[in-house]
Amino acid sequence: MTPERPDPDALLRKVQDAEAREKRAKLKVFFGASPGVGKTYAMLSEAHERKAMGIDVVIGVVESHGRSETAALAEGFETVPACELPYRGIFMKEFDLEAAKQRRPHLILMDELAHTNVQGSRHDKRWQDVLELLDAGIDVFTTLNVQHLESLRDVVAQITGIVVRENVPDTVVERADEVELVDLPPEDLLQRLREGKVYVPDQARHAIDRFFRKGNLLALRELALRQTAQNVDAQMRRYMASEGIQKTWGAGDRLLVCVGPHELSVRLVRATRRLAATLGGSWVALYVETARHQRYTADDQARIEAHLRLAEQLGAETAVIEGGISIGPDILRFAQEHNITKIVVGKPARSRWREMLKGSLVDELIRGSGDIDVFVITGDRGEEASRPALAPRAREPWTTWLWAVLMVAAASGLGSLLFRPSELADIVMIYVLGIALVAARHGRRPSLLASALSVAAYDYLFIPPYHTFAVSDFRHIGTFGILMFTGWLIGTLTERIRQQARLARLREQRTAALLRLSKELAASAGSMELVESAIRSVAAQFHTEAAVLLPDANRRLTALRKAPAFTFTDQELGVAQWVFEHGEPGGRGTATLPGAKATYLPLRASGGIVGVMGVLPKGEAQWTEPDQRSLLEAFASQTALAVERLDLADRNEEARRRMDEEQLRTTLLSSVSHDLRTPLGAITGAASTLLEQAEAIPEATQRELFRSILDESKRMHRLVTNLLDITRLESGAVTVKKAWTPLEEVVGLALNRMEEALAGRQVNVDLPVELPLVPLDEVLMEQVLVNLLDNAVKHTSAGSPIEVRAWSTGSSVTLVVADGGPGLAEGDEERIFSKLVRGSRHGSEPGAGLGLAICRGIVEAHGGRIQAANRSQGGAQFLVTLPLEGPPPGLPAEYEEGAE
Amino acid sequence: MTAGPLVLVIEDEAQMRRFLRAALESHGFRFLEAVTAQEGTALVTSHNPDVILMDLGLPDLDGLELTRRLRDWSATPIIVISARGREEDKVRALDAGADDYLTKPFGTGELLARIRVALRHQEGATDTKSGAVFETPLWRLDQGRREVSVQGTIVHLTPLEYKLLVILVRHAGKVLTHHLLLKEVWGNASAQPHYLRVYMAQLRHKLEEDPARPRYFITEPGVGYRLRWP
Repeated sequence: MTPERPDPDALLRKVQDAEAREKRAKLKVFFGASPGVGKTYAMLSEAHERKAMGIDVVIGVVESHGRSETAALAEGFETVPACELPYRGIFMKEFDLEAAKQRRPHLILMDELAHTNVQGSRHDKRWQDVLELLDAGIDVFTTLNVQHLESLRDVVAQITGIVVRENVPDTVVERADEVELVDLPPEDLLQRLREGKVYVPDQARHAIDRFFRKGNLLALRELALRQTAQNVDAQMRRYMASEGIQKTWGAGDRLLVCVGPHELSVRLVRATRRLAATLGGSWVALYVETARHQRYTADDQARIEAHLRLAEQLGAETAVIEGGISIGPDILRFAQEHNITKIVVGKPARSRWREMLKGSLVDELIRGSGDIDVFVITGDRGEEASRPALAPRAREPWTTWLWAVLMVAAASGLGSLLFRPSELADIVMIYVLGIALVAARHGRRPSLLASALSVAAYDYLFIPPYHTFAVSDFRHIGTFGILMFTGWLIGTLTERIRQQARLARLREQRTAALLRLSKELAASAGSMELVESAIRSVAAQFHTEAAVLLPDANRRLTALRKAPAFTFTDQELGVAQWVFEHGEPGGRGTATLPGAKATYLPLRASGGIVGVMGVLPKGEAQWTEPDQRSLLEAFASQTALAVERLDLADRNEEARRRMDEEQLRTTLLSSVSHDLRTPLGAITGAASTLLEQAEAIPEATQRELFRSILDESKRMHRLVTNLLDITRLESGAVTVKKAWTPLEEVVGLALNRMEEALAGRQVNVDLPVELPLVPLDEVLMEQVLVNLLDNAVKHTSAGSPIEVRAWSTGSSVTLVVADGGPGLAEGDEERIFSKLVRGSRHGSEPGAGLGLAICRGIVEAHGGRIQAANRSQGGAQFLVTLPLEGPPPGLPAEYEEGAE
Repeated sequence: MTAGPLVLVIEDEAQMRRFLRAALESHGFRFLEAVTAQEGTALVTSHNPDVILMDLGLPDLDGLELTRRLRDWSATPIIVISARGREEDKVRALDAGADDYLTKPFGTGELLARIRVALRHQEGATDTKSGAVFETPLWRLDQGRREVSVQGTIVHLTPLEYKLLVILVRHAGKVLTHHLLLKEVWGNASAQPHYLRVYMAQLRHKLEEDPARPRYFITEPGVGYRLRWP
């Protein structure tokens, strides 16, 4: 026999699993059959051993319950200080999860895994604290009694008659790397109890006395032993499977349990959980939602939700599907689609005739199950009593009943008018028509009334003896029956059609809502808009207030947009942050931080959690119903995808911008290095010539060389200045210091600065005296004019005049620099203002193509506009338009001394 | 006395010092140089220079602060050297007591003009004072008669225009900050700065040949005004 060769993928997974286990924090559970067996003591003893090994051990919680041995053992450990939470006016001490995480010990001791935290703590239950500690990489020792194990709850209740309120999901114990059974024979335990070594709170004395009976203790011990054995067995099987020793089970069982509002569902869920654990398979809890769902009372709907949540806690996947009138085929379809091997259903005790009449789901399932096994668990009488009560149907308005009566009257009238009393068959047809019409218009119950009335009227009017309800011919009774049955049948059928239509409408509404949302989200351009439309849609669909929180660069959430009723206290933000970090729902209506005002859902996209959606119910919490909840989750995931899409788009945009910038920088660098080298070359050449051969050069030439050194230096200075300017403009380092200034002043500045370059040029300045003061920064605007004049000089022949004109429109002032050169090439009007772009007709004049870009930068920083155009008489002109921003503050009137 | 005026240059860049030394010594100035503010202060104490040329960006102390400290005990004219685009620095230095500034890069001509103006004000600050007559090729101010004439023709100035002109003339050749002019003419430094610009434009229209290309009333962008002289 050859050993089975393990699948390579499985091997890899095994290695990865082993690594993950090695890395992840370890959980050890000290498991006992009942209080008093010495779990805490055992835990502390082992903790001492660990500490002696040099491991950093701290106490999170240890309840010594006044037992001196335990208390003594607890000494010598550091304890995480408890926090105090206000609860009903008094302060309760509670384990401080955050402090423990901050402290980051290697190992922490957390007594009483099943403990329920004081309200206001982050989590409802201590086991959730423990999971978070493990997630944070801290090893945990904890203690647990068998009766607190969720799946054994019923069994324990059956044995002891005590319903345990504090439960721990089995998955937590399964997550444990080690489960140590702390065992004490019942005799010894009772002995300890008598000696007062077991902590018993006074108020619970009676219950405790009932609890600590030998029979109970024996049973509990057996349960604990069995549970431990099961754990060990599971571990061994896992080991065997992972080591490829033997294939232990086939493809793996997948169980399906159907839940409803019925109390029996709880038992079904627990039983399935046990079965799944024994078989080592996964399981799914399913609720089939029919039109009837809408008519369940709020309590029933809450119960369905609770049952699904219980299943989730016990490690099931949950699903809610929509079903038709008969849910059997829907369940079977789901089972086939999800590779279910076993279906667990409940069979509420029903009377036999009812079952015969309506058929039973169980039979239907068994008939259609094919190779799927069906397990049936029968409810007992007590559970039957709590059969879900349907909310009364919406009452038909009284007019429908009236219609039924009128319709029968009309049918009777028509019958008697058209037919002779002997044509009974035709008359019956008239009545059937009437019943059908009532059924079609008003539903089943009015149609039943119509049937009954029809029978009565038919008998009274058309069956001899006439005008009595007596029947002479016995065969007519059969006709009555047929009439009655037909009415019922038509009514029932139309009722079904109506239900299905209602369901379809409901589904359609849901689909439409989602479609609307995704359309809106797709149309949103920015994250603000997107978030707003998401909030709007959620608010409209669920009648809630909503908020969306997105993380900033440091992954701290900030409320990007919120409905006005949403107020974010630190606490609410903390809950949202927790949800963001852990990717699980939190806040109101969930198991984590239920004290929060709102519910928070993670926005989970393909790349991870992108944010958090907060939902604050207005009045009644509608979205806690499963269908609303699943729709809300769908909304959240749609929003998440949209946020992610936008984020990606932003990042793309950013990347492209960076590439463009990079490209520009490269161009700038090459252009600048050329423009810098040219004057540098001239300077170096001239200076070295002068230095080495001064004697050989005639004085006139020497002067020429000196002149060229000076000119080239100035050119370099201009270029460097431009470069600095453009850099400062682009980085936003330029602040525009506007002051009310006469344009003449700026023009004067620029003309003076350009004096040398303009020498011999005709410059016509035409500035009307009535020009208003313009708010501008003279340093920057001088630069604009200098650049424009410089361009005019460079691009035109030496003799052509340059014009500087200005006019005011009242709200703005336009300054024009015009030349008589060749003008701009077509298409250059806009292009030349771009960085590093030079006009198509530029000559051999050097220049980096920065001047006009700087002009535009400066003018736009002033809130103005710069344009280029060709003049009709030839040449180019540049128009700088600056806004006036209202009139300047007036000058105080000046009174002249001795004014005439 | 054959020795020319003593110029102290406080500048940390060796190339600049070399250029300044060459330019100044060849024009008959005596030259003294310091690399740091500390060194400079010591030289001011020990040599009592006639003019101080100071770079605003010194390695050990901000030029602005040095100006303030020197002004506590010395009246020696200070000309600060700074780069373009640092107008605020210039204004602050001037307000802290510097007499003038030079913007890098500058030529020898500009340098000498500034030094001469500073020296002239230092030596005979009285010769442009009240009662004196100030004359340019185009116009003439007779303070004794409170009269301004352009090429022989009397020009009427409003009292504020006249006041502004007198202050510019008193500091002829020197840069005057907006702040200082507003305080001197309007008696209120927080007066609207555009008053000054409007009056300056009026002066130009009355006393310049081409107000769009002023020869005398020069704008120092971002800093203030200067009456070009000579």
